[in-house]
Amino acid sequence: MRARWISIVLAAVTAASLTACGSDSANTANTAPTAGSTSGSGVSGPITVFAAASLTESFTQIGKDFEAANPGTTVTFSFAGSSALATQINQGAPADVFASAAPANMKTVTDAGNADGTPQNFAKNQLVIAVPKGNPKNITSLSGLAQPGVKVALCAPQVPCGAAAQKALQAANVQVTPVTQEQDVKAALSKVTLGEVDAALVYRTDAKAAANDVDAVEFPESASAVNEYPIVVLKNAPNQAGAQAFVNYVLSPAAEQVLTNAGFQKP
Amino acid sequence: MRRRRAPLALIVPALLGLLFLILPLVGLLYRTPWTTLPSRLTEPGILTALRLSLLTATVATLGCLVLGVPLAWLLARVSFPGRRLVRALVTVPLVLPPVVGGVALLLVFGRRGLIGEWLDSTFGITLPFTTAGVIVAEAFVAMPFLIIAVEGALRGADARYEEAAATLGAGRWTTFTRVTLPLVAPGVAAGAVLCWARALGEFGATITFAGNFPGKTQTMPLAVYLALETDLQAAIVLSLLLLFVSVVILASLRDKWISSA
Amino acid sequence: MTDLLDARLVVDRGTFRLDVHLRIAAGEVLALLGPNGAGKTTAMRALAGLEPLTAGHVRLGERELDRPDARVWTPTERRPIGVVFQDYLLFPHLSALDNVAFGPRRHGVDKRKARAEAADWLARVGLAEFAKRKPRQLSGGQAQRVALARALATHPELLLLDEPLAALDARTRLDTRVELQRHLAEHPGATLLVTHDPLDALVLADRLVVIEHGAVVQEGDAAAVTARPRTDYVARLVGLNLYRGHAADGGVRVADGLTLAVTDRVSGEAFVAFRPSAVAIFSERPEGSPRNVWQATVAGVQRHGDNLRVGLQGPIEAAADITPPAAAELGLTAGQRVWAAVKATETNAYPA
Repeated sequence: MRARWISIVLAAVTAASLTACGSDSANTANTAPTAGSTSGSGVSGPITVFAAASLTESFTQIGKDFEAANPGTTVTFSFAGSSALATQINQGAPADVFASAAPANMKTVTDAGNADGTPQNFAKNQLVIAVPKGNPKNITSLSGLAQPGVKVALCAPQVPCGAAAQKALQAANVQVTPVTQEQDVKAALSKVTLGEVDAALVYRTDAKAAANDVDAVEFPESASAVNEYPIVVLKNAPNQAGAQAFVNYVLSPAAEQVLTNAGFQKP
Repeated sequence: MRRRRAPLALIVPALLGLLFLILPLVGLLYRTPWTTLPSRLTEPGILTALRLSLLTATVATLGCLVLGVPLAWLLARVSFPGRRLVRALVTVPLVLPPVVGGVALLLVFGRRGLIGEWLDSTFGITLPFTTAGVIVAEAFVAMPFLIIAVEGALRGADARYEEAAATLGAGRWTTFTRVTLPLVAPGVAAGAVLCWARALGEFGATITFAGNFPGKTQTMPLAVYLALETDLQAAIVLSLLLLFVSVVILASLRDKWISSA
Repeated sequence: MTDLLDARLVVDRGTFRLDVHLRIAAGEVLALLGPNGAGKTTAMRALAGLEPLTAGHVRLGERELDRPDARVWTPTERRPIGVVFQDYLLFPHLSALDNVAFGPRRHGVDKRKARAEAADWLARVGLAEFAKRKPRQLSGGQAQRVALARALATHPELLLLDEPLAALDARTRLDTRVELQRHLAEHPGATLLVTHDPLDALVLADRLVVIEHGAVVQEGDAAAVTARPRTDYVARLVGLNLYRGHAADGGVRVADGLTLAVTDRVSGEAFVAFRPSAVAIFSERPEGSPRNVWQATVAGVQRHGDNLRVGLQGPIEAAADITPPAAAELGLTAGQRVWAAVKATETNAYPA
């Protein structure tokens, strides 16, 4: 019982700090009470959402909108790598909702029998080439990454963005030797913002979030490496009704608008 | 003579502390896939990462000895203004989250860094994403362990032996190498062991500063972390291997010191 | 005879100031005596260059080693000075042989020759078969001899010994003292022996310098110092009762109502000294013979060799040595009132 308490407090603290960071976008985004199907459905209480790190900005906003539409609810997030979240859920973490950045991580949760119902895809993400502002090495396509003297950061093949990058490079038939295989997409992106590499393959949403420091170069082969984002209510959800209401809200047009603004595509 | 019994108030927390430290190890052993262990251990990437880990941790420790022992001597034997501040600064890597340490190293030795840019343009040397970068990251994080241990040993050693050496005609350098160092050798050894162990387990600063590339910068802790993403059992196997190798090395060194002492 | 060492040592450390002038001839052994905190060790360290001089100078032979006002300074390792430290400070990681060879090696002697010299020195102090031992495997007396050999192996012009026998038990001290005397007699340079043990000073030294509170209070050869102590410390050191007073008409007034008759001709300010064994104790006031007599209280009784030493309080504090039968006869207990007497012929009076 006490362990649960602590993890909830931790999640709340994390969410609070992240919310504070995202408050700028909150003012500009659509905050009107929406016609979401859950509006006024009578749910209440705390809802704990485990969500992939790439959803940090958009889900923080969606959580606020949801709370506004459903007074009496409080949504707390734990953002981390999808695989770490899946491991935590399978080890009994007290979460209501799991939003994964890849079907594979979702599968480990459903295989373990910890999902309630079938996961539904609510967004997809594509890769772009992130380059320093102004694109000093003039990289316009994937083949540009294979030029001599171009330092490239990829995600490690073990993590979703790395797997996607491999697929895209295979589709383009380009051989790239990265200088590093980063542990997650944000780490790969930071190598570009710090100027340590000339390019990195990252999600469009991440490039968009870092638009002050990096430019995003679109490339056609990204279509062959699309990342689906599934969401599901968890079997041991302490707040089953609230969890279902939140999932429904994420699938609503209002949430879709927020996700699209962040760079996601419709599923 | 009647043996005095150890008080329960000490025995109970001592045993709990021991349990706390070894239970996670038991957990690892319990979940180890013993049947597939041999085949997993012979997977190609594993030995590469292990060799890189041992190499970088050892070179980092040697570097720490070359720079850290003189620094410890300075802190212990020479009084200068701001010594307390310097002593506090030396421990910064201990409290700095290693990932932040890695970012800080990038800001200094990175391609756009304060020194890195000059290194690159003058000598064509870049540290990030190289094995040398791994060594730099490990040394940065591990050096305080060495300095603290050696400084403690130096302060504990009787400085009058150094005076005795001077009366016999030894200058400061000879005194340091012939008298001071042998006197604090156990402290230096203990510091080097701590330093090596810390370097071996280094993750945050390494992956941030040197990146992760198999055979070049992917040390065992990085391999373990990435294995966790997909294959928990592989991660356990890698961790056990790292643990086993380091325990064997430390135990054999320890025996050697004890028998020679 | 010109002095090999001529040093005026001034060390100012706020609350403590050392200011002594030391001269030692070649082959001479000078003992520096004084109570704890008198500045003996500071003086020794200043000579060795381990403590900077505030003022003064250190001249050894033709060489000026240290003179702050002329900005002359020679670091310890370049002074031709050998030191035997109180607790020897043998390097624990080196064998006895390598400890002794350490000095010659630092003076440019090659390794093989240095070890041969060291073996020679160890043989001279009678420790040839202990060459391979580590210091912790040596007894106190052996360690002391290794330390001496180590200091002498660099052929120092000035040898400094800091309480060389203090760390030894009484039995070993006796043997080692005799041995040390022989080596000091062979040492061609000057020797300064720092000690608080008067016996060490009397046996080993040619001349004594006594310092108290950083200043010289008395110096001279052993006979002069022991016969005519000039401070309470020196008197205790040599085991005499010592008083200072005004002398006139064959007597020295040492306290109100007590004038000690003496046989020496003195006048003005003077010291009177006498041995504790010269003091006789009576339960009744003795009659007759020309004695100095005063009433005293027994403060305490202690064994002292074969006799008992009785502490007496009264107009003057005095120590009296009496035989156990005499004490039994008197039935001495602390607080007892007794009469003390000293013959004038047993006293020694001299000008202050």
